[in-house]
Amino acid sequence: MAHTESPALVRALFTDDDVVLSAVKTLRDKGHSISEVYSPFPIHGLDKAMGLKETRLAIASFIYGLIGLTVAILITWYMMNSNWAMDIGGKPSMSWGKNMPSFVPTMFELTVFFAAHLMVWTYFIVNKLYPGAEAQNPDPRTTDDHFMIEMPAGKGVIPALKAAGAIEIIEA
Amino acid sequence: MHYESDIREPLIGGNKSYHDITLDVVRPIETAAPKAWWVVFSIALVMFLWGLGCIVYTISEGIGVWGLNKTVGWAWDITNFVWWVGIGHAGTLISAVLLLFRQRWRMAINRSAEAMTIFSVIQAGLFPLIHMGRIWNGYWVFPFPNQFGPLWVNFNSPLLWDVFAISTYLTVSSVFWYVGLIPDFAMVRDRAINPVQKHIYKILSFGWGGKAKHWQRFEEVSLVLAGLATPLVLSVHTIVSMDFATSVIPGWHTTIFPPYFVAGAIFSGFAMVQTLLLITRKVFSLEDYIRVQHIEMMNIVIMLTGSIVGVAYITELFIAWYSGVEYEQYAFLNRATGPYWWAYWSMMTCNVVSPQLMWSKKLRTNLVFTFVLSIIVNIGMWFERFVIIVTSLHRDYLPSSWSMFSPTFVDIGIFIGTIGFFFVLFLLYARSFPVIAQAELKTILKTSGEEQKKHQD
Repeated sequence: MAHTESPALVRALFTDDDVVLSAVKTLRDKGHSISEVYSPFPIHGLDKAMGLKETRLAIASFIYGLIGLTVAILITWYMMNSNWAMDIGGKPSMSWGKNMPSFVPTMFELTVFFAAHLMVWTYFIVNKLYPGAEAQNPDPRTTDDHFMIEMPAGKGVIPALKAAGAIEIIEA
Repeated sequence: MHYESDIREPLIGGNKSYHDITLDVVRPIETAAPKAWWVVFSIALVMFLWGLGCIVYTISEGIGVWGLNKTVGWAWDITNFVWWVGIGHAGTLISAVLLLFRQRWRMAINRSAEAMTIFSVIQAGLFPLIHMGRIWNGYWVFPFPNQFGPLWVNFNSPLLWDVFAISTYLTVSSVFWYVGLIPDFAMVRDRAINPVQKHIYKILSFGWGGKAKHWQRFEEVSLVLAGLATPLVLSVHTIVSMDFATSVIPGWHTTIFPPYFVAGAIFSGFAMVQTLLLITRKVFSLEDYIRVQHIEMMNIVIMLTGSIVGVAYITELFIAWYSGVEYEQYAFLNRATGPYWWAYWSMMTCNVVSPQLMWSKKLRTNLVFTFVLSIIVNIGMWFERFVIIVTSLHRDYLPSSWSMFSPTFVDIGIFIGTIGFFFVLFLLYARSFPVIAQAELKTILKTSGEEQKKHQD
């Protein structure tokens, strides 16, 4: 099973977010590929510099919201108008359309409920975040004040990283 | 690239590095609790246990042990419910609305404000549950398949809208808070030396590693959650106000209620944030992060929302007179001059007069004054709910059934208990959670740090 081994990686540590951002840009301009950047906080423009695609979580959330709205319409119709229509205070619930104004709060709340919760669940799943998961960052300093670029080892990688401002290089 | 106008006050004081922020945020978690913490915690715990006893007594004997009578069927319970829900409005407002408006001063205070939101909504949720009498049937408020007819919940009722609003608000605020907490828990995990502590924070941090793609998604999720939470915040107290506004009781049947309740909620919520943060920044030496500027900004919000509330009170009085409806007119005359005049005028003084003092810059940047005023505002907002609820009920259409309400020791005990429970939760949070959103705060260090600003060209 020799072929399943991942290629050797080089990890370089930096101490400044602006240096990391420009390092990613120069390394990519030189034709190197960057596998990952670990940082203690979001760096603006890093996703574009690394060539990451835009996230579609907002679109997902919109669809989840529509599902929530549909659920609200269905349960209010089924419970109030179809399954057991009641005469409440002399105001019988005969049709969903006539009853609808008083269902608006429920429709709104369920839309938000579904959009928010399902989006967060999706976010956890795609990021592989769950209670008790092993830390994804190889170096504990990257949640404090260090930044790490991870890239496949190759010719000229280490000098290029040093020139870009890396303070420490680990070959893994 | 990193530039901010010189006119803007720095948001982070002193000469801080990224590592200093880490150390300052993690200090309360890694060091032993100061004696003052134990003293306050013990007091809060005793209050909580006393309240728990009163709740057990209520459930075993029935709500006849409260001061309610056949005229005043809603009093302290619902007053406390609305008061706590109102307080729970500032947190999500700070983290959601201020995020959408790109107000970066929110970063130092949003974590604690959201914690406060969640803890106060928990207190609020207790009251309708206890008021049911048979708390074990509490789940009947949700629409679940059943064989009672089937008997479904009534979606025409504002009380059911409230169930949906409060549940959505509590759960969405909680996940919003937790999503932001994960990177900060990861920071605590990576520093932890004690294996038990490391294991706990490993579970809490969900394995977060700060990958570039994850940060990109993190920012998207925060933005979308803020967009969803903003109308949600406004909807919650709107719906709470509809519990009253859709009824036919003079003094409740008022179209001004939704905006007036929302303004009042933000008003009281910010006051509670002030109370808690002024203590937190002192005890944990966070003066460089929660600066006088932050306090001043919140005081301006208190002044603005206090003025909106004041205008609403006066509009209500005017409309009662202008409507020509004598029941409506009597309800308001009775509020101001009837047997509960003292509650009405306490409300007026605390909510309308006192926030106007904030026009003075000297006063709104004075921390002792702010602390005292924040407590006055919360007393005032409690009286507002008491006035709306009890004075509208106690003299109804039939003078023969007029009556007065006075709380029993159980009413008072449960209220004190919720204050204790709230502080127990907040104190535990302050010792074990990162009280400042440090990852977010690090993003503005270069633009808004006091020392960093001096070196900008």
